[in-house]
Amino acid sequence: MTQPKNFGFGEDETMLRDSARKFFADNCSADKIHSQVAHNYDIYRDIESIWDKNLWSQICELGWTAACVPEEAGGIGMPVVAAVALAEEAGKAAFPSPLISTFNATFALRACKSDAATKVLGDIATGTSATLAMTNQKGSWEAQDTDVTVTDGKLSGTAWFVQDAKKVERFVVSASTDKGVGLYVVDPSAAGVQIIADGIIDLTRDQAHIVFNNVEAIEVAAPGTGDKALAEALPAILCIISADIVGSGEWLLQTTTDYATVRVQFDHPLGFFQAVKHPLVNVMLAVDQTKSLVYNAACAIDNEPEQAERLARMAKSSASDMAVFSSSRSVQFHGGIGFTWECFIHIFFKRQMHNHVLYGDAKYQRAKLADMLMGKAA
Amino acid sequence: MSDAEKQDTPEQAEFRTHCQQWLAENHPGQPSVHIPQGALELSDPAALQWLKTWQQSAYDAGLIGTDYSKETGGRGLTGCQAIANQEMQKAKTPFFPNIIGLGMAAPTVYFHAQEAVKQELLPKLLSGEHIWCQGFSEPGAGSDLANQQTFAEKKGDTWVINGHKVWTSLAHFADWMILLCRTSKDDKYNGLSYFVVPIQSMIGKGVTVNPLIKLTGETGFNEVIFEDLVVEDKYRLDEVGAGWKVAMTTLAHERGAGLLTTPAAGGMVMEKEKGAGIGNAMSLIDLAKQSFRNGKTAADDGAIRDSIMELMIRQEGFRQNQRRIGVKELNDHPMRLPLQFKLVATEMSQDIAQLAYEIEGASSTLYVNDEKAVAGGQWQLAYMNSFGVTIAAGANEVQRNILGERVLNMPKSK
Repeated sequence: MTQPKNFGFGEDETMLRDSARKFFADNCSADKIHSQVAHNYDIYRDIESIWDKNLWSQICELGWTAACVPEEAGGIGMPVVAAVALAEEAGKAAFPSPLISTFNATFALRACKSDAATKVLGDIATGTSATLAMTNQKGSWEAQDTDVTVTDGKLSGTAWFVQDAKKVERFVVSASTDKGVGLYVVDPSAAGVQIIADGIIDLTRDQAHIVFNNVEAIEVAAPGTGDKALAEALPAILCIISADIVGSGEWLLQTTTDYATVRVQFDHPLGFFQAVKHPLVNVMLAVDQTKSLVYNAACAIDNEPEQAERLARMAKSSASDMAVFSSSRSVQFHGGIGFTWECFIHIFFKRQMHNHVLYGDAKYQRAKLADMLMGKAA
Repeated sequence: MSDAEKQDTPEQAEFRTHCQQWLAENHPGQPSVHIPQGALELSDPAALQWLKTWQQSAYDAGLIGTDYSKETGGRGLTGCQAIANQEMQKAKTPFFPNIIGLGMAAPTVYFHAQEAVKQELLPKLLSGEHIWCQGFSEPGAGSDLANQQTFAEKKGDTWVINGHKVWTSLAHFADWMILLCRTSKDDKYNGLSYFVVPIQSMIGKGVTVNPLIKLTGETGFNEVIFEDLVVEDKYRLDEVGAGWKVAMTTLAHERGAGLLTTPAAGGMVMEKEKGAGIGNAMSLIDLAKQSFRNGKTAADDGAIRDSIMELMIRQEGFRQNQRRIGVKELNDHPMRLPLQFKLVATEMSQDIAQLAYEIEGASSTLYVNDEKAVAGGQWQLAYMNSFGVTIAAGANEVQRNILGERVLNMPKSK
């Protein structure tokens, strides 16, 4: 199989992206997000999850959560690049919502290929939000590693580093049995579920560890098949996070070059000085490299799946490095104002810090790639 | 069927089949003489002759100048040069020796010369019968290209040229030169004009070519001195004073951002250097498996593994950027990716060669004149030669200014 030349960005996908662009321009200016999520600068403030549920409902009505749900499950059945395009625009707006998490859960459920999973996908298509709970306390991104176990069909143990846990209506939990890892869907309000919010740097997300105490769950992937489903979904998950990073990176680039054009020192705008201009060009190169790698990997998932993991790890490696680079240069080149709470930069800076490690940072992705392409080191 | 083939129009599909059939029967095979890594390193007349024969045969078969009009020696097709390039590179052919002619002189002449001059010069340029060189850089005009001091003075119907050009690759073999020079001292940019001038036929009659030795020890570039060289007015391209505008056409094509696709062959590897895969990050994996660093296999060194992957990712990103250029909806600014081409390509090649050098460990000290050198010492040579391209065609520092100003709209640096 080969990829279409346009990365799968047909008329429908481009239209969806453009409508998302307009939606965020109309509803999510940086100052609006800032006044919403950064209203309290107290470093020891109470942990809270701040987001606009009304905007989320609008998005669901626009069909964004249905975009990548297969048609037979009640969705639109668009290619992965559709979700990538939406994640990129959400990243550009630093949009606080369970959109990214719901996409990730969508791709995991798609890989389950079970009737139970199809039913949950149908709920997602009509606007039910969801997130993956698959990481253990040691922060492993490997599909088989989980601290949750299943006994008599009920979940016990703790899932760590769960994204948007306070926002979503379903958890997709990986849990181990003596027959291997399975995937289970849990309602957050079910008896025995305790969601303990983490205090995190990123103001546009929430994160939690979730304690399960003998919790009823719907099995969507049988023991021994759950880790395989997560591995199959991983390229899409890496693409979604990377696309968020691309969007944030582009916002940081444009905002910082705009500032470098108006802020005058030594009788010249900052961008006159090559010590500022050249690193900003380097940020652009990093954003563009990542963007092309993400589109390529997303397109591979639908058209040459045997290449998808390799290309998605390349994309996330590039994205993680760029997340750190774009945000650090943005703060630095804004100077004193960039170091303050009142400047919007820190919203994106913190989102990039959070993004860079999700599902593995750049060095981790390259180590996995090296094992794939060079064989394990002796 | 490859991705590219699926997009072919019927005309292009037919042309692709022609290329494939011709190449299957007419690949010149391993050369009888040593061929260097690229045309800019050519110094042996026998190597030049062998490559000229190859270029002539590819031209006769219609694989060069495909998108140029029939009157100017082309085939009058549309979007077919890229196909010929793909097929030639797939067939791992030798490169073309007239690289500056094809890549820079031809599009400039095509877009700016009088019709009769195009018809006179382009067929022999495309066939490789005439080798071309580029007279842009001067001792005082490197990155500051507009600071040209070579002067053309109008005398009656002709121009008299005096001045000094440097870093002129291939001038020792060149029949013709594209020349940027000054025709007025009143205005830095609007005082420039652009000519095509004969070199070979005028040596000793106003033209002197002296070789310069590169830091690698290779020849390949030169200084060219003009002393009262007389040139006909018909060889002026575009208006007097429009030289800077014409030079932008040349530079856009040199940097891979021009309107015409440059005929480009290549991929052939000399028997002795087989497996080296110079310029390709993928080949670093095999190199690391065969090389020892600090007494251990380089492929087991975590830092080396990380660096190889990093470069393979950059290389894939570069390829995908070229693919994305062709998708209008995915480019918010039309020049943003094209103007990155030269900068990204040359720094990537440099970093790949530098990593190869690191991977080789103690053996990286060996050069091309030592039988024990890994891959014939070609990685070492490639690393040193890589500075030629990070400096040439507007040093990469200038490229960053161009991107910062034209794409990111930051103020102009002095």
